[in-house]
Order: sequence, then structure tokens, then C-alpha cells
Amino acid sequence: MTAEVISTAQGAQSERRPGPQRSGRRSALKKISRFVRMIPLVPAIIIMVVFLAGPIIWSFYGSLTNAALSGANAANSSFIGFDNYVKLFNDPVFPQSLWITIVFTLASAVISQNVLGLGIALVVTRANKKLATIVSSTVVGAWILPEIVAAFVCYAYFSQDGTLNQILALVGLTGPNWLYTFPLLAVILANLWRGTAFSLLVYQAALNDVPPEISEAAMIDGAGGAKRLFFVTVPMIKNTITTNLMLITLQTLSVFTLIYVMTSGGPGNDSTTLPILAYKEAFRFGNIGYGTAIATILLVIGAIFSIIYIRAARPSKD
Amino acid sequence: MTTTTGPRPAKRKPRALSLASPQRRMSAILANSALVVVGVSFLLPLVWLVLAAFDPNATYQTQIPQTVTLDNFAAVLTPELTFIPMLNSLIISVGTATVTIVAALLAAYPLSRYQSRFNKPFMYTVLFGTSLPITAIMVPVYLLFVQMNLLDSVPGTILFMAASALPIAIFMTKNFMDSVPISLEEAAWMDGASAMRALGSIVVPLMRPGIAVVAIFVFFQAWGNFFVPFILLLSPSKQPAAISIYTFFGQYGSIAYGELAAFSLIYAVPVMVLYVVVSRGIGGSFALAGAVKG
Repeated sequence: MTAEVISTAQGAQSERRPGPQRSGRRSALKKISRFVRMIPLVPAIIIMVVFLAGPIIWSFYGSLTNAALSGANAANSSFIGFDNYVKLFNDPVFPQSLWITIVFTLASAVISQNVLGLGIALVVTRANKKLATIVSSTVVGAWILPEIVAAFVCYAYFSQDGTLNQILALVGLTGPNWLYTFPLLAVILANLWRGTAFSLLVYQAALNDVPPEISEAAMIDGAGGAKRLFFVTVPMIKNTITTNLMLITLQTLSVFTLIYVMTSGGPGNDSTTLPILAYKEAFRFGNIGYGTAIATILLVIGAIFSIIYIRAARPSKD
Repeated sequence: MTTTTGPRPAKRKPRALSLASPQRRMSAILANSALVVVGVSFLLPLVWLVLAAFDPNATYQTQIPQTVTLDNFAAVLTPELTFIPMLNSLIISVGTATVTIVAALLAAYPLSRYQSRFNKPFMYTVLFGTSLPITAIMVPVYLLFVQMNLLDSVPGTILFMAASALPIAIFMTKNFMDSVPISLEEAAWMDGASAMRALGSIVVPLMRPGIAVVAIFVFFQAWGNFFVPFILLLSPSKQPAAISIYTFFGQYGSIAYGELAAFSLIYAVPVMVLYVVVSRGIGGSFALAGAVKG
């Protein structure tokens, strides 16, 4: 959508560009008026520069210092170059945390939310209307719950004497304390529960735009359900799938509250994703510079995904 | 593709008929049972929340209360636990939504109405900003707030939350504004109205549903935000409900399950009601997902 707008804007712009024969005074006036009409952008730009761009730039700089929350380095921190990064890669916790972040993102978003969201969106078109509405509302219900409440609900669900083990007991199994024995699995399932609605809504909107005639034509030609899905429907919503994957990846990379409340990254560091690690290092252990270095790496990973997302959202003709 | 012409009802008929074929009926049964499994799995954690809130002897297990009571609600409906934090949540969310909407409307106007070399890079930057992991910059933001003496300041927190919502808000607002025809404003310009006047008296009234969607989207995110006020607001008298719930959980969560559930419901219900109202009114879920769909 944006990309189209941007490309049409570009086309119109090149048409309207004033010719070289215009007199100097008129073009000077034009320049001023062009400048004046951009003034409404100023409040938004100031807010974003001070509160977004500033911290991002500071994040890069701060990661090169030994800033601390308290002690001598709190008042006057000094520039220490890439020491924080060197320390980071020699610290066994960082690679572990990076790995946990990758597993968490892949398992809970890229695979579970994405596939389940698309699956539900496909299935509801075939199922009983009332049932479809109830199930979609339930899935969306988990999503619109405030994150902290969702986190408590999942904590209760997965705890030793929680609902999940209650269900397992019904079939004669004694479940473990999921939050201690399988903390990563618990937070992955929790994020699946909470986040699937986003993919569902995106795919429902996309499938609505796919004309049924095309799938019907394939059916008449003898294509079965699976074939129609993989060779007709999926290629038609390919762009939506890419966009959705990038967005849920970015959302999942920055999940903090859910994990913090359920396991606070523990036991040990077994469910410590990068945001939790950055928080712990900076605020609990007071190593601001070190924490900022972790945050910077997270920012860079996020930026890479953002760029892929922007490129994917752009139509190929551009 | 074979039947691209012809009215829609005529096309529907053969589909409805084919639904009766055994293969179709089978797939409908499979679809229904798959949905029931998914629905029940997603519903179970929520059922606990509702049942525990009304249960005087609530545990982490899902159980039908022996007696239904409102005691849990009565216990948490105190000024320190609920009223002040809820008011703070409201102030922060409304403040964030207001600042965001005003700045986004102003910014979207030149982006939507004038052609400029500046538009394309700006929109790309904004698009880039929509997808940055905000969690990642909380450490530097904390330091910035210390430097600017804004720590524990509600207006400062509102400004930061507005900044983090602005990229997506500008993006959505511009898209909504693009769909308002420019011809009406051209008439107003002819009559001597300034750009800002045209924005206020013509464009804004015409895109009211779009503004509502953006405002509610921002309000929503601000209401549910835990991490930002957790880092930036320190005194309990300024903290929103998300933090007071967390504090309560830390102190009593392992004893007072029912009260925790009741507290969570009080905090969650307003936004859930808002969501239902909006999605009924403007097709909110589609508009929200559609607007970020790209």
C-alpha cells in the first residue's frame, strides 16, 4: 500500500518539477513556499528525533563506553572502544541468549503463529459460520488482553498446580512445573497463544481479496485441496505472507513482559532472550554500557528485518 | 476464471449445492472439529481468569466456584490498588493518543497533499521506524530521561510513548488522508482558506473514522504497555495499572489468586469492550490489521 503511494508520488513529482526557464525570483519564492508548507511536519519530527533517533544514536555510542548505573563510572563514563562487544562474545551467556532468542522467534512466531494463523484463516471459510465466529473471537480475545494480564494468565496456566497439569492429570499424567522444567517451551506456547490473532487477522483480510473463481477453476481442472492451497492460494498471498513474517518476527524479537513475568528469564538463563538480558545487565547489574551493547545488537537485528520487510512491501515493478 | 461474468448470486448457487457432496461434507466436519480443538485450547486460559475472579477459594486450577462472590473485586477496588493506577493509565493513554494524533495529522497533511522530494525518504524512514524493536532502546531511553531530568515524569513518559507510536500513526493517517479527495480542499483554497484551515475544517471531519481507528490503536497500545512505564515511572502514585498489578502480583500473587484475577479483569475489560465496540462500528479488526498489512 505504501509503496504504491510512494511510487505514484514519485511519478507525479517528476512531472511537476519546474522547468529551467522559470525566472530566479519566482523559483526562490516557490522554494520558500515549499519550505513553509512542510512546517506542519515539525512537531512530529522533533518528537521522533528527540525520543527515538536520539536514543538509537546514543545506543551506538553508549555501547562503546563503560557507563554504569552507580559507582565511579556512573558520573563520568569513559570511551572504551569495542571492549563491551569483545566481552559480549566471550561471555557464555550472550551466545546462549542469542540462540534462545532465535529459537523463541522461530518456534513461536515464524512457525507457530504464522502457520496456525493461516490455517485458522483457511479453515474458517469451510466451517460452520457461528463456530468460526466464536473461535476467531476467542483467538483475538487472547490478543487484545493487555500483555501483563496475558502473562499472568499464562503463568497460572503453566504453573505446577495450574490448568495444564490439571488436564494432564485427567488422563493420568503428572505434569512437571513447566515454568521451571521447560521454561522456553512454556514461553513459546504462551507467545503462540497470545500472538496468533495478528496473523489470523492479516490472513483473513488477504484471503478475502483472493477471488474464489481462481480456486474454483483449479478445482474444475482436478486439483485437490492441498494442491489448490500450495499452487493457487499461497502464491496469490505470497506478499502478505512475507509482510506478516517480517512483522511478527519484529514483534516477537521485542517481547519482554510475557517472558519477564512468566520466568524472568530463568531458571538460570534458560529463557533469557536478548531483551531480558539487556534489561538484567543494565538495570539489575548496573552495567549500562554492557546492556546497551546487547540492545544495540538487538537494534541491528531488528533493522535488518525492517529493511527486508520494506523491500518486500515494495512492488516488484519499482 | 470460467465464470467471471454474471451476477454473484448465480455463482453462489452451485457452490452451495456442491457443499452437499460427501467430500465437501467431510471437509466441513474436519474443519469444524479442528476449529473446536483450537477454540478450546485458546479459551482454557481465559476461562481460568473469569472463574477465579468470582471464586472465593481460587487456585491456579480451573474450577467451577462453589459459591460465586464479588469479594475479590471488593478487595482490590481500593484507591491505591485500582482507582489511582487506573486513572494514571487513562491519563497516560489519552495523553499519548492525543499527542500522537495531533502530530500525525499535522505531519500527514503535507505528506499527503504536496509533492516533494522529501516525501519519499521521509515515508521510508517512518516505515523503518514502525518496525523497530522499542524494547531494545529502553536502556538508552532511560539514560536520556536521566539526562533530561524527565525520569518519573508523566508528560515525559507520554512524549516517549507518542514518539514510539508516531511512525505507525503517521503511516496510517497518511493512508487514510490519501483517500479523502483533494477537490474539496482545492475549492477551499480558491476561497482563500489556508492549508491548516482546510485541514481542520474539511479533511479532519471527512476522515473521522480513520482518526478514530488510529487513536484507538494508539490508546490500546499505551493502555497495555508495561515495559515503558516500568522503566520510566518510579513513584507508585504515578504508575499505571499495569505496574500496580505487577507489584500486587509480586507481593500477594502467590496467595490471592482470586484477587489477582479480579484485578486483571478490571484492568482488561475496558479495552476489550472498546475493541468490540470499534470492530462492530468501523470493522476495527480489519482496519487495524489492514492498516499495518502494507
